Amino acid sequence: MSAPEGPEVPGTPPVLELDQLSLSFGGLKALSGLDLKVRDREVVSVIGPNGAGKTTVFNVITGVYEPTAGAVRFAGESIAGRAPYVIARLGIARTFQTLRLFMNMSVLENVLAATYGGTKAMPWESVLRLPRARREEREARALAEDVLSFFGQRLAGYRWDQPAYSLSYANRRRLEIARALATRPRLLLLDEPAAGMNPAETHEVTELIGRLREEQGVAILVIEHDMHVVAGCSDRVVALDHGVKIAEGGFDEVANHPAVVEAYMGRHPEDLAEAD
Amino acid sequence: MSVDSQGPQVGTDEWVARQGQRREYLPSWLGRAQQAGERIGWWPKLAIACLAGLALPLFGLGGFQLQVGIDALVIALLAVGLNVVVGWAGLLDLGFIAFFGVGAYGFALLSSPQIGSAGIHLPTWLSVPIVMIAAALLGLAVGLPSRRLIGDYLAIVTLFLGEAFVEFTNNVAPSVLGGPNGITTIDPISIFGYQLTTNASYYYLLVIVVVAVMAVLRLLETSRTGRAWRAVREDPLAAAAMTIPVNRVRLSAFACGAMVAALAGAIYAAQQTSVFPTDFDTPILILIYAGLILGGSGSIAGAVTGALVVMVIYDGLLRSSTEAGYLFYGLILLTLLVKLRPWRRLALVLAATVALGFAAHAIAAAISASAVAGGPQSGGWIGDALRYWVVVPANAQTLGNWGFVVLICLLITLVQVSSRWRTILLPPTLCLASFVWETRLVTEPAITRQLMIGAILIVMMNARPQGLLGQRRVETAT
Repeated sequence: MSAPEGPEVPGTPPVLELDQLSLSFGGLKALSGLDLKVRDREVVSVIGPNGAGKTTVFNVITGVYEPTAGAVRFAGESIAGRAPYVIARLGIARTFQTLRLFMNMSVLENVLAATYGGTKAMPWESVLRLPRARREEREARALAEDVLSFFGQRLAGYRWDQPAYSLSYANRRRLEIARALATRPRLLLLDEPAAGMNPAETHEVTELIGRLREEQGVAILVIEHDMHVVAGCSDRVVALDHGVKIAEGGFDEVANHPAVVEAYMGRHPEDLAEAD
Repeated sequence: MSVDSQGPQVGTDEWVARQGQRREYLPSWLGRAQQAGERIGWWPKLAIACLAGLALPLFGLGGFQLQVGIDALVIALLAVGLNVVVGWAGLLDLGFIAFFGVGAYGFALLSSPQIGSAGIHLPTWLSVPIVMIAAALLGLAVGLPSRRLIGDYLAIVTLFLGEAFVEFTNNVAPSVLGGPNGITTIDPISIFGYQLTTNASYYYLLVIVVVAVMAVLRLLETSRTGRAWRAVREDPLAAAAMTIPVNRVRLSAFACGAMVAALAGAIYAAQQTSVFPTDFDTPILILIYAGLILGGSGSIAGAVTGALVVMVIYDGLLRSSTEAGYLFYGLILLTLLVKLRPWRRLALVLAATVALGFAAHAIAAAISASAVAGGPQSGGWIGDALRYWVVVPANAQTLGNWGFVVLICLLITLVQVSSRWRTILLPPTLCLASFVWETRLVTEPAITRQLMIGAILIVMMNARPQGLLGQRRVETAT
């Protein structure tokens, strides 16, 4: 797992490119001068202590925040400052660290709701059940069943009509991923997919990320605190602290980088190592 | 995670899968009726409700009952429109009543001698769509500046706009809008050359329109638009991240609700043949909300059922003191039956209440004949039954007012104290409630109606917060 750079295809821009990205809230610098590239079908992990700005990066990419300076390019096209739903339609889907499912809608409806951008039928077409509305509904349902079946028995048929709030915690996380997949993304942003999961489920997440890349063909940017997951799934790891990139490279390289150790452990890592 | 047919799988939860079979039903035939009711789908139920509504006048609905039915159906139509905005899109729109007014005034202007020398008399098939589209555009215009306003701000801004409509119709262009005198001599609705002039014809029209609107909204609810509305209600941020244009979806909900309200307004104006600014003021808005919440916000059938229940109680039953009495004593008895456990406690409280009343009556009669000279105001057998139980002095107005204040204090105390004290305090409270009812509330039907609707909503809030037909909802902490 120490391939620092993914395969460079000349001529094609990376799926995602952050170029000297900065974001300030008033006087507070949340991100400063951040460079990041994610290539096609690449899995990149973002690590860093709490408050390092990891989720903020996601929020800038998905259009929740507009960057103060710098560029966000998706497949070569600048997307900074565009509305979140436009960015989602371009092909960037995300999950949330604090689960944000449509709790009072059924499992199937959660996924179907995410097909909104891929469908065009106007309300009156839906009411009259005109051909386009019927076809789109059929396709959306097929897509929804497809992404739900990605999780095998976990989100199997009998759960489809149950409200999302009735799901277990781990299943809610899975449903969030299924919902994100229903937008047909090229880039998937996963915000702590293994948070709150037990060791078996955490292991499953590692496998899942690999399968997402292989079977769905998406590039993945993942924030994760669990180092087993990070080590198991990443092509490349980026470490952040105080909104600044402090290290980038293969997992072993980044994990042993003095700046990373310092960010997690505090100063004088040698002293700490000796005391151990 | 592979699918395997043999043996229980990790994550395959048979217990969850079979949850439908574990449901408990009421005992005996009630349970079977409940199960049978669940087997009937949404559409057959709508058809049954439609036929029942159309058949109702055959059982001899008189002039007054028919008028109550018409009013109830108008409010039901409004409630089902409000459900789009509040129940699905989750926008607290307190100016909804203005769209009802726009529909009514719009139809009135287009079908009366109000404008110009001869007036405008558009045919119904033209005027109603025009009015609905105008209301939808107004909905968009109102929604546009308030699209970023959510929660508290949206509520207060829309409330302001609703009141602005009343002020507008009261004061602007009196020669056209008629000021406080409104617009009179509005043409009736005509369908295929047949003019609707009788109350019965408007009743049938409203039943058909309500059912048709319910059907249209049902088709919308299960479409991409309906899912987007509900997704935006659940979590706007997540909805936006899932390709849904939140602002546009909110605006479309606003416009859709406004169209339904305008349709209701047009029918209302034609049926009344006149419109006045006060018809579109806050009291009607409260009734619409009461119906929606009582029936279950978020459910089409709930909104209609709730509005019908509220209006039949409010407009029908509570107009006559005898029927209001049935409702009052019935509600108290029902609450006691449901809430008091074990049954020994219930029997004790009821016995003590009866004994206390007779004792108080006997003592009061012994002291002075005028202390019981008033007699109960309720008519019918309730009045007869209470004659020697409730103490009503000859001139009880002032005493009744004080009794009301003490009753409110007692009710508040009752909620706070321990269960033992509650048992002790209940009999005097019940006697006092009856006293206040017989002396004051029965004689003030306008106030009592409001109080009763409030009381019903409070009981409902405790017994079934999701409303009659609503689904239980969890609030997402964000």
